[in-house]
Amino acid sequence: MAYSRKVIKKFEDTLNNPAAHSVGRLDASSKNVGTGMVGAPACGDVMRLQIEVSDDGLITDCKFKTYGCGSAIASSQQMIEMLKGKTLAEAKQIKDKDIAKVLELPPIKIHCSVLAEDSIKKAIEDYESKKTPA
Amino acid sequence: MMNKTDKAIYFDYASTTPVDPRVANKMMEYLTADGHFGNAASRSHIFGWKAEEGIEKARHQVASLINADSREIVWTSGATESDNLAIKGAARFYKAKGNHIITSKIEHKAVLDPCRQLEREGFEVTYLDPDENGIVSLESIKNAVKDATILISIMHINNELGSVNDIKSIGEYARSKGIIFHVDAAQSTGKLKIDVKEMNVDLMSLTAGKTYGPKGVGALYVSRKPRVRLEALIHGGGHERGFRSGTLPTHQIVGMGEAYKLAAEEMDQDNERIAKLAKYFWKELSEIEEIFLNGSHENKVPNITNISFAYVEGESLIMALKDVAVSSGSACTSASLEPSYVLRALGRPDELAHSSIRFSFGRFTTEEEVKTVAEIAKKAVEQLRELSPLWDMFKDGVDLEKVEWAPH
Repeated sequence: MAYSRKVIKKFEDTLNNPAAHSVGRLDASSKNVGTGMVGAPACGDVMRLQIEVSDDGLITDCKFKTYGCGSAIASSQQMIEMLKGKTLAEAKQIKDKDIAKVLELPPIKIHCSVLAEDSIKKAIEDYESKKTPA
Repeated sequence: MMNKTDKAIYFDYASTTPVDPRVANKMMEYLTADGHFGNAASRSHIFGWKAEEGIEKARHQVASLINADSREIVWTSGATESDNLAIKGAARFYKAKGNHIITSKIEHKAVLDPCRQLEREGFEVTYLDPDENGIVSLESIKNAVKDATILISIMHINNELGSVNDIKSIGEYARSKGIIFHVDAAQSTGKLKIDVKEMNVDLMSLTAGKTYGPKGVGALYVSRKPRVRLEALIHGGGHERGFRSGTLPTHQIVGMGEAYKLAAEEMDQDNERIAKLAKYFWKELSEIEEIFLNGSHENKVPNITNISFAYVEGESLIMALKDVAVSSGSACTSASLEPSYVLRALGRPDELAHSSIRFSFGRFTTEEEVKTVAEIAKKAVEQLRELSPLWDMFKDGVDLEKVEWAPH
């Protein structure tokens, strides 16, 4: 657990003030909200990301909850920071490597940032499926 | 003191203990030029004789704690070496008699890995399942024994759970069958009364570093009656009656002797105090919803408390328990990313293994520390559940077993 100061700070800030760090949930049934949940309890991490998207494709709000190690929680928080104010097209460009790099994740923890990227993809997928007429 | 550990609370005594200051003082007498620094194998001068005197006294002190004869104590570098010497040494010596070994799935790696090595050498090993409380039953041993069985190796106290095996019953049975019985007692010196004669133990692994002695020294008890023989692992000079060559580390050995002497004298008062603290700790923590004690409530030593905090991941809990030193069965704290094999062997689901924390108390644990950690733990679990999507789902009445997860 040789974490960078950034991981520790992100983790502790989120823990001590969850409301200010986008911890929570949005109404999953709303057609403007996309939900992505990835991971599994048996693997030790589950990430749930929700994005609220305006009609012109701008991410107006996002919330998350994460069960997992310190770097999974820090990666979620980093992902949220990167998502805010982005368009869907821009959000699709966020890569696990960007998150891992900012947080200086140790190699054994790279899967935490992969999980974050996957949750963005899933959330956008969910949102877009709601927009496509069945 | 080094500033980093100044405010940290140490609740990881099952991992290793600090050296008791009385032990450290004794060790200091055997290091420097004004002390007894000699080589115990030097028979020609006073420096050697003094070192030997210290070592023989320690040998008596160690033997006395487990009711052995001092001639039955072989010095090693610690419990890992003792386990290796006992298991590989006995198996290789008696291989003409049979090739089958019985152990359990929740033994320490220092037992399991030598068993794996013996499998590569052609031995057959049965790894028994413990019950859900981490106890290996005599029945399961009886069922596994066959004509070729030459060795049974079962731990006294499990290091993750604190669960206690019925060594006396197993010993009685093994003796009746003429099978060599090895016990890893790394966790039990100073915690439980040990009597190798009454328990019919043939080989017992001991260590100093978990009983307020120094790290890097241990011993193997090798029974003389009945006589148990071993093939040595380390050759070079024939020290320790050929069982283990190498110049004896006098200061380490003297430290182990002193630590075991103190263990014998202070075991009852230590245990009584620690049991009270553990009871209080569990009572406080049981106010938290959805927590589970891993291992038996009854058949357990009080110094180890292993708890799964459902819907909270263990490594994040360790990070939230800032300044509290504990260990976890979570995959994230292991190099292999695998959750605790001990908890798995009890049939606990992986998610509960990921959520487990081992708190272990010791001689220097104070009531104040226990109160502080109980408060910190309650707050940390609440905070992490606030962050946990699983806790949300649990509170919404979602059956997590039925969710289709996307494992990665």
